Amino acid sequence: MRYSAFGILKQGLTGNKGWKPVWREPEPKKSYDYIIVGGGGHGLATAHYLAKVYGGKNIAVLEKGWIGSGNIGRNTTIVRSNYGLEGNQPFYEMSLKLWEGLEQDLNYNAMMSQRGILNLAHSDGQRDAYAKRGNAMLMSGADAELLDRAAIQKMCPFLNFDNERFPIKAGLLQRRAGTARHDAVAWGYARSADLHGVDIIQNCEVTGFQMKNGKCLGVQTSKGMIKAKKTAVCVAGASSRVMEKAGMRLPIESHVLQAFVSEGLKPTIPGVITYGAGHFYVSQSDKGGLVFGGDLDGYNSYAQRGNLPVVEDVCSGGMSIMPMIGRARLLRMWGGVMDMSMDGSPFIDKTGIEGLYFNGGWCYGGFKATPASGYCYAHLLATDTSHENASQMRLDRFIRGNMIDEKGVGAQPNLH
Amino acid sequence: MIINHPLLGPRDANEFIHLGDESMIDRPDGMGEHAAKNFHEYLYLRDNPAGKYRELWYHEAGDRSWLVVTRDTVTHEIFNVELARDVARSRGRSK
Amino acid sequence: MKQAHRINGGLVNKSKPIKFTFNNKQMTGYEGDTLASALLANGQRLVGRSFKYHRPRGIFSSGSEEPNALVQLRSGAHQEPNTRATVVELFDGLTSESQNHRGSLDFDIMSVTDLLSPFLGAGFYYKTFMWPKAFWEKIYEPIIRSSAGLGSLSKLEDPDKYDKGFLHCDLLIAGAGPSGLTAALAAGRAGARVIIADEDFLLGGRLLEEEHTVSGISGQDWVQKSKDELDAMPNVRILTRTTVYGSYDHGIYGALERKTDHLADSGNKPRQVLWRIYSKRAMICGGATERSIAFPNNDRPGIMLAGSVRAYATRYGVAAGTNIAIFTNNDSGWQTAVELVSKGINVTAVIDPRDTAPRAHIPGVAMIMGASVCDTQGRKGLNRITLTNGQVLNVDCLAVSGGWSPNVHLTCHQRGRPIWNDEIAGFVPGGNLPVGQSIAGASNGEMTLGAAIKSGHKTANAIVKELGLSPSRSQAPKAEDEGFAIMQYWHVAGYKQRAWIDLQNDVTSKDVKQSQAEGFKSVEHLKRYTTLGMATDQGKTSNILGLAVMAEATGKTIPETGTTIFRPPYSPVAIGAFGGRERGQHFHPTRLTPSHNWADEQGAEFVEVGNWMRAQWFPKSGDKTWRDSVDREVKKTRKSVGVCDVSTLGKIDIKGKDAAEFLNKIYSNPFAKVPVGRVRYGLMLREDGICYDDGTTARLAEHHFVMTTTTANAVLVYRNMEFARQCLFPDLDVHLISTTDQWAQFAIAGPNSRAVLSKIIDKVDMSNDGFPFMACSDVTVCGGTPGRLFRISFSGELAYEVAVPARYGDALIREIMAAGEEFDITPYGTEALGVMRIEKGHVTGAELNGQMTAFNVNMNNMVSVKKDSIGSVLSRREVMVADNQVRLVGVKTVEKTDSLSSGAHFLAKNDKPTTANDQGWITSVCYSPHFEQHIGLGFLERGHERHGEIIRAWDGVRGTDVLVEIVSSHMYDPEGGLQRG
Repeated sequence: MRYSAFGILKQGLTGNKGWKPVWREPEPKKSYDYIIVGGGGHGLATAHYLAKVYGGKNIAVLEKGWIGSGNIGRNTTIVRSNYGLEGNQPFYEMSLKLWEGLEQDLNYNAMMSQRGILNLAHSDGQRDAYAKRGNAMLMSGADAELLDRAAIQKMCPFLNFDNERFPIKAGLLQRRAGTARHDAVAWGYARSADLHGVDIIQNCEVTGFQMKNGKCLGVQTSKGMIKAKKTAVCVAGASSRVMEKAGMRLPIESHVLQAFVSEGLKPTIPGVITYGAGHFYVSQSDKGGLVFGGDLDGYNSYAQRGNLPVVEDVCSGGMSIMPMIGRARLLRMWGGVMDMSMDGSPFIDKTGIEGLYFNGGWCYGGFKATPASGYCYAHLLATDTSHENASQMRLDRFIRGNMIDEKGVGAQPNLH
Repeated sequence: MIINHPLLGPRDANEFIHLGDESMIDRPDGMGEHAAKNFHEYLYLRDNPAGKYRELWYHEAGDRSWLVVTRDTVTHEIFNVELARDVARSRGRSK
Repeated sequence: MKQAHRINGGLVNKSKPIKFTFNNKQMTGYEGDTLASALLANGQRLVGRSFKYHRPRGIFSSGSEEPNALVQLRSGAHQEPNTRATVVELFDGLTSESQNHRGSLDFDIMSVTDLLSPFLGAGFYYKTFMWPKAFWEKIYEPIIRSSAGLGSLSKLEDPDKYDKGFLHCDLLIAGAGPSGLTAALAAGRAGARVIIADEDFLLGGRLLEEEHTVSGISGQDWVQKSKDELDAMPNVRILTRTTVYGSYDHGIYGALERKTDHLADSGNKPRQVLWRIYSKRAMICGGATERSIAFPNNDRPGIMLAGSVRAYATRYGVAAGTNIAIFTNNDSGWQTAVELVSKGINVTAVIDPRDTAPRAHIPGVAMIMGASVCDTQGRKGLNRITLTNGQVLNVDCLAVSGGWSPNVHLTCHQRGRPIWNDEIAGFVPGGNLPVGQSIAGASNGEMTLGAAIKSGHKTANAIVKELGLSPSRSQAPKAEDEGFAIMQYWHVAGYKQRAWIDLQNDVTSKDVKQSQAEGFKSVEHLKRYTTLGMATDQGKTSNILGLAVMAEATGKTIPETGTTIFRPPYSPVAIGAFGGRERGQHFHPTRLTPSHNWADEQGAEFVEVGNWMRAQWFPKSGDKTWRDSVDREVKKTRKSVGVCDVSTLGKIDIKGKDAAEFLNKIYSNPFAKVPVGRVRYGLMLREDGICYDDGTTARLAEHHFVMTTTTANAVLVYRNMEFARQCLFPDLDVHLISTTDQWAQFAIAGPNSRAVLSKIIDKVDMSNDGFPFMACSDVTVCGGTPGRLFRISFSGELAYEVAVPARYGDALIREIMAAGEEFDITPYGTEALGVMRIEKGHVTGAELNGQMTAFNVNMNNMVSVKKDSIGSVLSRREVMVADNQVRLVGVKTVEKTDSLSSGAHFLAKNDKPTTANDQGWITSVCYSPHFEQHIGLGFLERGHERHGEIIRAWDGVRGTDVLVEIVSSHMYDPEGGLQRG
């Protein structure tokens, strides 16, 4: 059912009894043209664009648990296109543009909130690196501004300008960046995909791939064998475990990233702020919670939980740059499993196995990429060629030496 | 987490730096055949198991030993801690 | 103001009245009160507004589970939002204000949202606010944001201090109720090192709030006796006001102790202490939390948890109402009735949906079986309830018990899942507890006092044995097993009015059902769609109720429906406590160079370089801008001589028979045959072939090298070298030690550097033949002080670096300055250093940013193909050595008056700034006093072939666009004659 002001009014006046399920609960068919493995944000977005933009028919999304249960259900909701490298920036700018039209595209309010992201710089070198990045952003058609200390003080008077160990020198501001309501993104894509005929099948775990003569013919699942002309894996966080079933080793390690939310507060900070000299970034949700995080715990983990040293490190970073938050209380901490790739950038590519496609390695940047990832993956599935904005996100880039290493830390996943 | 250092006893994991898979010890011969292919697999491809994992930690805020820790990546339980140098020797890295 | 609701008894000290304010209203309570008990004593029923509908709300509970009574405590920079009145200890001068209303608490204009509630059900946001598109950002969202949130931060720096500490114990006991105290006594008597922690400021748990007999004495006396015994044990540490908030790997627990929150003023002492507790074993004795029943209009002030009504009467001597009805589906509600009546409180009726005989005989109380409450009245406070049997009762307090939920949180923080127990109608810990953890008492589903005490005793004794100690022979204290029978009765169905499940977030049973109808059937979907359990109370009183209603709606059982994941902290913890002392200037340690004091005396400007503070320039009177200082330092150095502290560079001592062979593997260029007494510049690659560091390494003896690294990479290089030594080449005879902090090192540069140093260095032939470019030696300085001398140049001038043990650094800089006086020696800082290295074309971190290869910096000939060094193989991958790669170049502005900026991108003259047209970027710039114009270094596609080309340096974020000439990166003295002279 299409959502409209009239619909809400009508439902409200009739006891809200007419709301229909947002998606069907179909049983899987025996075969599909496309099977998307993974009902997270990227998988559902892929289904949406494949059906809506590329006219794909006969599509299923298979989800092991409940849709949106992966990292789209546990991230810090930041949306931005402030990358520096050619292999990334046009892709993320495409994504941001899709975000800007998402609510209308989906007829679902994912509460995209363009309140800006400010990256603070604390040395001349960092400022210049941000300038370089900001220029790359402008060249890709994105917006970027380099703020000086005075402009930052005006915008964020609550930052530590008096007693900071690493004084604020400058900042890179992207006003079009912001946050979105993460769960709603999954639900909105799911609803739209469902309306376009996609079968979303929850509680259906892929246990193996059906291979013949080096070709992938479908998947074995907890609900039986399902054939597919094209099988598209999209399970960031579990990529290695799933692709192992197809005999592939990936340039990916799994790491835990913790995130934190405070109790609800009246509006406190304007947008997203990242602290360039500490491990801390923060935004405020529509509900009022300060949503913040920092670095990976640093050890490989599938546990979806972290340990105290990082909690304390993140909070001391927060207290250093924003000493007003001391009396706000941390309400909840959690961990997500990140597909940390060897250069910090993702993959949207064919595999060496015919009929099998791979999307993963999103590190902790997957949320903002959701629309473009879905779009470009759908493009790849429909046309068997890479979308121009994802043309460097290839699995063979390490063989060729074409790394997309924004941080410049090399093949060290826990540092990206 | 607590890592039971073979020389120093139990130490907080916060004193250590985590590198990654134990296989980082098995550096290929750069002058050997297929060096490019071998180095690609060595440096970039990972088993990344969910379960028992042998991994390298460095006691940076301590005695600067490199250790091989056998740990479960799902439960974080640690089963064994060895000096990486001993492991390296046992894996044939002596001259 | 008279405390109209105060009754006899209780653990408050009536000889110590305490004054406080609520919404500027003066009130009085007693020592031992919480803010909540004092508010109730003063008859303050309305204390806050709910999150979404701004419904009037009163105190609901008596503990950390409180969803309603959140206040803004204290004022000014000490303002503390969302503080649960139920856990705030009353202190003299306490000020508190209600939150989340526009206008006064009594007349909140935002309560209009309550009238709109039919349109604001579960997930309404997602279906609306989309038309027209532009309105979301400008109108809808700002309104949502300002009406959401609860309390406010002051936006001022938190003035309090927070400490951190580490504790170690054999046994950590979380919770000092009957089972916890029993366990502490057993383990303490056996000699175990015990820490027992409780969030309350008194030990005893439910024994403070209910009348019981333990081992023949009153429960409160038994608590006191137990406390006295534990206090006397040196091996037992009692932490009150301490919440064990989280369970982490390997027996580590997080705990927060509130040190001065109960005082008017912290007196400059830490407000709170964040403990990390390392336990061999842990026992969770967390008790249980009561929950409500969802019935129509069940959210009015005056509707409270039954056990809390009992607690206010028994512990605080406060009657929560003058006419109280009790609505219970289990026997504990009856015990509440009995206890209230025994204290002279007027209990009108006990209403129990069970169709059985009354569970107790209480004279004067109507006992209404088989009925429920189906409506309530009273806008800002309850005054009437309607029962399903049609009866209407005039009451001002309704005590509700929907049963008790064991506090399993700490057993589930490592992703264990609890299991459903039908007998107690609650989740109890599953088998998968964190390693080393046990659980006892009500948190383990042992709901009666007798059972809780027994399990505390037994569990502690088992742990004592596992620890290798002998349990003491003492018996478990004796107590009765009171009735706890319960009917699984969750909500009063069939009525139109809303029935609240999550009070704070305004989630009603209708929302749960709508969520189900819309397909949000997974318990995680339910939580996320309705926000059930996501408020500051984390759903302590609401989650089970929500699950139960969901289970019913989907036709499943509660265990089939499952629970959401329990996440730390158990109750919210101030961010300041996690931050501790590492804030402000103490966020990171500060490292000072050996010449810091001297430079400070010279009035140097300092700059943060990593954790180091380095002199950036040395202003002199007459300098109008920093540029004047820097230009002067460069000019004087190039003309005569300058000195700079370079001690921050990483220094690594390398010794052993195989040291040269080892270095040959570490550096990409050959190192095996460096002669003794010579320095070599080396390039270090990561294994992926990217250049990550460079520096000079001196061979002081056959088996002794001294390496310098960049300041930024000192730690990383050392780590990587230890990795190579221990893991890759375990049998090479080589040893490494970091000596960065052990040596002070100064660069002395300029044509007169030799003359100056000749006055400092003892007995060395300083002639060009005697000590040529790239020579090195152990020396003595100033008449016998040990030192090292290197003839290396970063500035391009005739230059040396001289090193002495760090403790002589201050003396040496003064000696050098004195020796150089006749040559008008200048100290120079990092800016002048930067200018000279750019003029010379040396790369630093701006160029070696972790993305560049030797090929990019035109040093591919330094990656030997004749040996296997780290990174050499992968540095030769096709894309990394492709023709169109960017290469290091020098740039000069075409117009001498133009300036350059770092981060500008290169564009062809007529190209638009697009990603496709991007040809490279500028990495470093400076004004060059030598060339008398701005110059820089940068990376340009095929740059090595394009010297002489004129292109643009476009800096969109700074709004500049200038023409530049591409030149060789070696701009100053490209032949190197000066440094060799």
